[in-house]
Amino acid sequence: MKFFGSTNSTAQDSAAAQGAKLTRRSSSLAQLINTLESEETLCILDLGSTSPANIRYCTERGHKIYSDDLLISSTDPSLVIKDEAGKPALDSKRFLDENLVYPGAQFDIVLCWNLADYLDESLVKPVIGRLWSLLKPGGMLLAFFHTQEAGPDAPCYRYHIVGGDTLEMQHIARGDGKKGGPAGKFRLQRVFNNRNIENLFRDFASIKFFLARDNVREVLVVR
Amino acid sequence: METPKTAEFAHIGKSVIIKGELSGSEDLYVDGQVEGSIELAGNRLIIGPHGQVRANVNAKGVIVQGKLDGNIRASERAELTKSAIAVGDIITQRVAIEEGAYFKGKVDIQKDMAKTDVAKTAPAASSSAAASSASAAGGSTVAAKTNPTDGK
Repeated sequence: MKFFGSTNSTAQDSAAAQGAKLTRRSSSLAQLINTLESEETLCILDLGSTSPANIRYCTERGHKIYSDDLLISSTDPSLVIKDEAGKPALDSKRFLDENLVYPGAQFDIVLCWNLADYLDESLVKPVIGRLWSLLKPGGMLLAFFHTQEAGPDAPCYRYHIVGGDTLEMQHIARGDGKKGGPAGKFRLQRVFNNRNIENLFRDFASIKFFLARDNVREVLVVR
Repeated sequence: METPKTAEFAHIGKSVIIKGELSGSEDLYVDGQVEGSIELAGNRLIIGPHGQVRANVNAKGVIVQGKLDGNIRASERAELTKSAIAVGDIITQRVAIEEGAYFKGKVDIQKDMAKTDVAKTAPAASSSAAASSASAAGGSTVAAKTNPTDGK
């Protein structure tokens, strides 16, 4: 995977800075919607920032939804420890002890959104591993990954399900979640290529890629 | 939802800290700190913007404007306003979450919850010493099995 070293601004970035809400079509959501519209009661985990729209969408259909803003949780200053070389690092063990713990719950759908692109490197694999164990066999995980063209200043969005194949995107920054931690922008931590993504989800049964126009690859993974 | 007129609510002010079980038969507005449990079956609870509650909450309607760390069981409706920070599960018939609210937990909508809760709470309410003594006196009450402390 590649790490960014330079900065450049994009049209999306300026739109985000102005607080504009953007909508986008999502082919992976269109596939997922058949399941979401099912009459069976589903258990759904939304790992993005609290989205009233997503909670409403799911509960109106009789599903149970768990909301857990994992990116904000990862900015908790008390998670910072020093590694063997004395450099600051996140305590991934403690993070997993305190997050993604749902006794007795197994999920039909996990909405991961763009979490992996913005999450600290040390947390990505452990989090995906935990998500595997939280999903039911046959359960689905939706994730978005930026392509190299997106640039390091690609704004971090939260995603609201509008319906059908449409998502509304809203720019988020550190501190928006009111849970403390330093204020500022979430920066894209790295770019996963297709092989990186396949490796990340190698324990899953299948993976399907959807290339979108806005320098984002959508991925639908089945456990 | 229209915000209820809080003048009609029993008030726990900003400077009050309560640790223990809080139960009652009238609407309650908490703008102070409560740690323990809040039982207001059949009545409404508002956690004001300065309210900090670490408790499981059972009421007919719950509105969170401040901080809540605990589960909500609302037989009719639960609402998180834009200033809310709520960590815990919500079980209710209807839920409203404003843009800007922080929520970590589960939302479980149970359509026939009111009927279930009436059946469950009827015997419990009649056996509650605090509630029955207040009812006998012809009034409603919010009782705290605790030591309220002045936070100043």
